[in-house]
Amino acid sequence: MAEGVKPRVKVPSSAAAGEAITIKTLISHQMESGQRKDADGNTIPRSIINRFTCDFNGQNVVDVKMEPAISTNPYFEFQATVPEAGEFKFTWYDDDGSVYEETKEIAIG
Amino acid sequence: MNGLAWMFGAVSLVGAGAVALADPVEDTLVLNGETEIVTRTAAPEHLDGVFDEVISGWLYREDETRVMQADDFDNPGMIFAELARDAWSVAEGSEGKSCADCHGEPEDMAEVRPHYPKWNEEAGEVRTLEMQINACREDQMGAEPWKYNGGDMVNMTALLSSVSRGLPVSVAIDGPAQSTWEQGKEMYYTRYGQLELACANCHEDNNGRMIRADHLSQGHINGFPTYRLKNTKLNAVQDRFKGCVRDTRAETFAPGSPEFVALELYVASRGNGLSVEGPSVRN
Repeated sequence: MAEGVKPRVKVPSSAAAGEAITIKTLISHQMESGQRKDADGNTIPRSIINRFTCDFNGQNVVDVKMEPAISTNPYFEFQATVPEAGEFKFTWYDDDGSVYEETKEIAIG
Repeated sequence: MNGLAWMFGAVSLVGAGAVALADPVEDTLVLNGETEIVTRTAAPEHLDGVFDEVISGWLYREDETRVMQADDFDNPGMIFAELARDAWSVAEGSEGKSCADCHGEPEDMAEVRPHYPKWNEEAGEVRTLEMQINACREDQMGAEPWKYNGGDMVNMTALLSSVSRGLPVSVAIDGPAQSTWEQGKEMYYTRYGQLELACANCHEDNNGRMIRADHLSQGHINGFPTYRLKNTKLNAVQDRFKGCVRDTRAETFAPGSPEFVALELYVASRGNGLSVEGPSVRN
């Protein structure tokens, strides 16, 4: 079980209709690659976030498959066009089965 | 025409100079679009004849690095400050108290960081923020002290710095702290190691130049603890001192030793007037 996992997102609170906004996301996670060995020579089991998605009002914006070479605390920055007021939903999927979610409302105006 | 040609000559000369040297840039730092940070200001009185102006290390860094620090979301050091914010309200030790029980919110501590290292009357010594945190843990909480520059400690100093950002560094160098300050000053100008380098040789005589692949800044510590891109973690100021002394090929003092406490007080005082920036981002 990964410890100290904490998702963070930064979304503007409002946008003009049709405007492309910048979204920043980060999840603190150790992203253990499964390639390292501990002091006794045993392999440290892989434990990473393997998928990240962002949806807006149920419609998918990005869907990212993540691999073990991705660094600790993975950070994604991307743009999304906002056609209407609504809710961004961010989801991170952990190797251990945990799912971390975060939502952000955005208004038009 | 002659005048114009001369001007072009001068411009290209300046251009060449900027590449060869590594002068600080002209830029202003505003955190999260609201907190203005003083990165250049008149040097404190005790630096008369040394610097006219003290300049934050932030101005010696590349564009990308500077931008990272301007937004808390992009500043990786803030992740560690947040961990300390969680620890802030966790009760520990025999007294069952947390930091929050005595001190309230971390934001209430904004006036703390700018004045450390600081003379402690009761203990009769100059204390760094780390020493004060451990004194709190031992005397008030009945908890085990943290390792001087361990992860928990660096995170906590990052939190306390983060709430003071924008306030000017203002450590007292007179009164009972003066002898410690003098000791630190003596160290600053003492050549150490096989390379026989004093702090002043790099940060006073050669700031704005390159030391191999790195820029030499004036060496102020207003940005500590510092998130360094080269080791992707927060670095405590006395670990930086240790690294510097090691680079002179000397046996270093230990972090937390009386020597480094004195040096920290002196170096902090050189940056009096600059804003607290920690956790800053450097390479």
